[in-house]
Amino acid sequence: MSVTTPELEAPQGVPQEQTTSPKRKNSTFARVAKYTLLKFASIFLSVVVAVYLTILIANMGGYVDQIVRGQIREFIGQQLRADQNYQQMDPAEKNAFFLAQVERAEKRYGLDKPFAVRSLTFLWNAIRMDFGTAQLMASDTGSRQVKLIILDRLGPTLLLVGASNLILFFGSIALALMLSRSYGNFWDKLIIGFSPTSSAPSWFYGLFLILLFAAVFRWLPFGGMIDSPPPRDQLGYILNVGKHLILPTMAIILSNLFISIYNWRTFFLIYSSEDYVEMAKAKGLSDRDIQYRYILRPTLPTIITSFALLVIGLWTGLILTEGVFQWPGLGRTFITAIGLYDTPVIVALTIIYAYLLAITVFVLDFVYALVDPRVKIGS
Amino acid sequence: MQGIIKGFQQLLKYPSAIIGLALIAILFIVSILTVIIIPRDEAIRLWRGGEAIWGQNPKTVPPAWTNLFRSKKLPETIVLTMADESVQTEVNERAEGENRVLVYNFNYTADFAPQDVVFSFTSRYATRNPFVSIFWVTPDGREIRLMEQGIGYNFSYRATQDTKLSRRLGGLSPEIGLFDNPETEAVDVLKGQYQIVIDYLTFENDSSISKADVVIHGKVYGLFGTDHQRRDLTIGILWGVPIALAFGLVASFGTSIAAIIFAALGVWYGGWVDELIQRITEINLNLPILSILIMIGTFYSKSITTILGATVLLSIFSGAIKSYRAIFMQVKESPYIEAARSYGATSSRIIFSYLIPRVTPLLIPGLVLGVPSFVFLEATLASLNLGDPVLPTWGKIIYEAWGTGGAVYNGFYYWILEPAILLIITGLGFALVGFAMDRIFNPRLRDI
Repeated sequence: MSVTTPELEAPQGVPQEQTTSPKRKNSTFARVAKYTLLKFASIFLSVVVAVYLTILIANMGGYVDQIVRGQIREFIGQQLRADQNYQQMDPAEKNAFFLAQVERAEKRYGLDKPFAVRSLTFLWNAIRMDFGTAQLMASDTGSRQVKLIILDRLGPTLLLVGASNLILFFGSIALALMLSRSYGNFWDKLIIGFSPTSSAPSWFYGLFLILLFAAVFRWLPFGGMIDSPPPRDQLGYILNVGKHLILPTMAIILSNLFISIYNWRTFFLIYSSEDYVEMAKAKGLSDRDIQYRYILRPTLPTIITSFALLVIGLWTGLILTEGVFQWPGLGRTFITAIGLYDTPVIVALTIIYAYLLAITVFVLDFVYALVDPRVKIGS
Repeated sequence: MQGIIKGFQQLLKYPSAIIGLALIAILFIVSILTVIIIPRDEAIRLWRGGEAIWGQNPKTVPPAWTNLFRSKKLPETIVLTMADESVQTEVNERAEGENRVLVYNFNYTADFAPQDVVFSFTSRYATRNPFVSIFWVTPDGREIRLMEQGIGYNFSYRATQDTKLSRRLGGLSPEIGLFDNPETEAVDVLKGQYQIVIDYLTFENDSSISKADVVIHGKVYGLFGTDHQRRDLTIGILWGVPIALAFGLVASFGTSIAAIIFAALGVWYGGWVDELIQRITEINLNLPILSILIMIGTFYSKSITTILGATVLLSIFSGAIKSYRAIFMQVKESPYIEAARSYGATSSRIIFSYLIPRVTPLLIPGLVLGVPSFVFLEATLASLNLGDPVLPTWGKIIYEAWGTGGAVYNGFYYWILEPAILLIITGLGFALVGFAMDRIFNPRLRDI
């Protein structure tokens, strides 16, 4: 970095910022703050609409209500069959008692109100992350609260997404930079040739990885997050989770790596043919400096955008990957909920995914505003 | 239009595109032949028909051609029936009823024992049921008694389930013991001419046995093997081709064309139309598409048309519409559009004849590249048990293999690999062509 000369930094705008008055700095802060607030408001609004749409889809035609009604009847019927007093009633009395119980339960579930009212209540509850109780599923602590079930499972999903994304992000940028420096050579052609493989989702690679490393070679576990029983000491525990993390992370990386490298290499190549890069080359700057200051810096917003799209794709793409690897995250909970037909959990998870998407979009927008001084507000 | 034709001519200069086009062509030919040879209803009947159709197939066995790569051959299924010409029949009339002896011959050449030996009978009688004895004669002349008992109207005998026979064979499982070579210490197969003698008595003049089938279930089957329900996977694998292609193409075409029309409408009319389309896109970007599709599949209908429709609807207002909008914004200002406006062309004429054709070259690579992702989307949904309830698809085969079939744990790798490899071929075919097209139609990438 010592090669840089002051006059080269001038077009970058860096020294100017260092010499700006407090007032100018303040305006940068105001700019970012205003941008962030506006973005937050618009994203929040679109999340509310998205959540309401989810509720509408989940309950179009009162289909879900019918399921809930049926389950209430079944549950009360079961409860009453075990009840001694109920057994001694005569049939007419039995029926009346049963219907009264059902009506009470339906009222408790809010099934007596019109759908428009109920959907708004549900929307308000969903925004406050209050998803009610699950029909069949339970959290690790045995609670029926959907919120607790989801919170239990959020950690493993974040671990998997975090681990795979970090490797993917830095790995593909580094490789793309390397390739763009020497494009047209064997490695470049090889990796570009591999880019069509990214059309397969990560669960699909998971199948092959499990077949190969777990079933045939028996090197790594088939799935899950921890051995049973788990190791007692902390280090052993971490290593064990790490061992279980290898295959799912590999699957996610495999399915996304080549296309990310391809996209970013293309960006870098386009930017490296810009006039100011040619100028820097003519000045005799080192490759390293050209890459960091003249290629990486101006492409950063684009990189962040494509990274955002990648993360968004990963969130829901993980559902089946977790299922294939028996990873105890949100995705597997989703699959279990589908299997058990547990409506509140399915709806809640869809809404949670909508939230996760929105949070991702928001955070990345915020970062975008920080790195790109050109972001305009209000115009 | 000329640009597109020129582009296609250029496509043939890329070896990867030629491979891709060849793969797509093969898939198209296979799917057309499949639909013609096995019509939809026939496929559904063969796939969901029940025991009657696939009962004589072995269970979870690899395809027959895998024997070509084995030094020790696995047996194929042998079916012997009364109608076979080689069956020797001997009839002895009795005062009431008859005594009939059927002798079945077969040559066993495989290196491994079969999966099972199953006898099934159908008989007719009024009050007294027929009595059947079955003897097994090995090539070295040993005679083993399998079963002696009276049978009902429909009766079947599975050698593997006969624990007494297993004890008599020295603790070996019957299907292995019956073929074992007693001369050697190891458990191996005695090759040669085997004989099955079915000797039965009927006790009424009208009483008879109309079916006496012997099925020696092999350990390989057909082109693609069988699954845990003894189904021939050929039907599922072959019918997966047209379904995957149709789903991928319809979804990709429908989505791209609708997105481009909406983008053009928004840019041309501007104002609230544009605003509305933009807002819908923003909301749609916040919708978790896969989860919503899962919800639709769980709550409404798993039928492939419903899922296809929902997929297209949810994918129209995606990131692509934004990039089309940016392109249209530029094109809208071009002089030729102004010229069209000045001679009084209608809005619809400008949109459909001038704006949209201008960006078609940009549309084509995305369209082709979109196909694999939709093919895999269908497979993903089917692998979550949300596949079409009647038609077989690759995703459903993977779901059954992975879940209920336990293919990974039991080593039935062919069962997962077959649909998976076909998915790869489909994805790769379209991706190879799409990537090449991307370079041709996006001039900025051409030199790269």
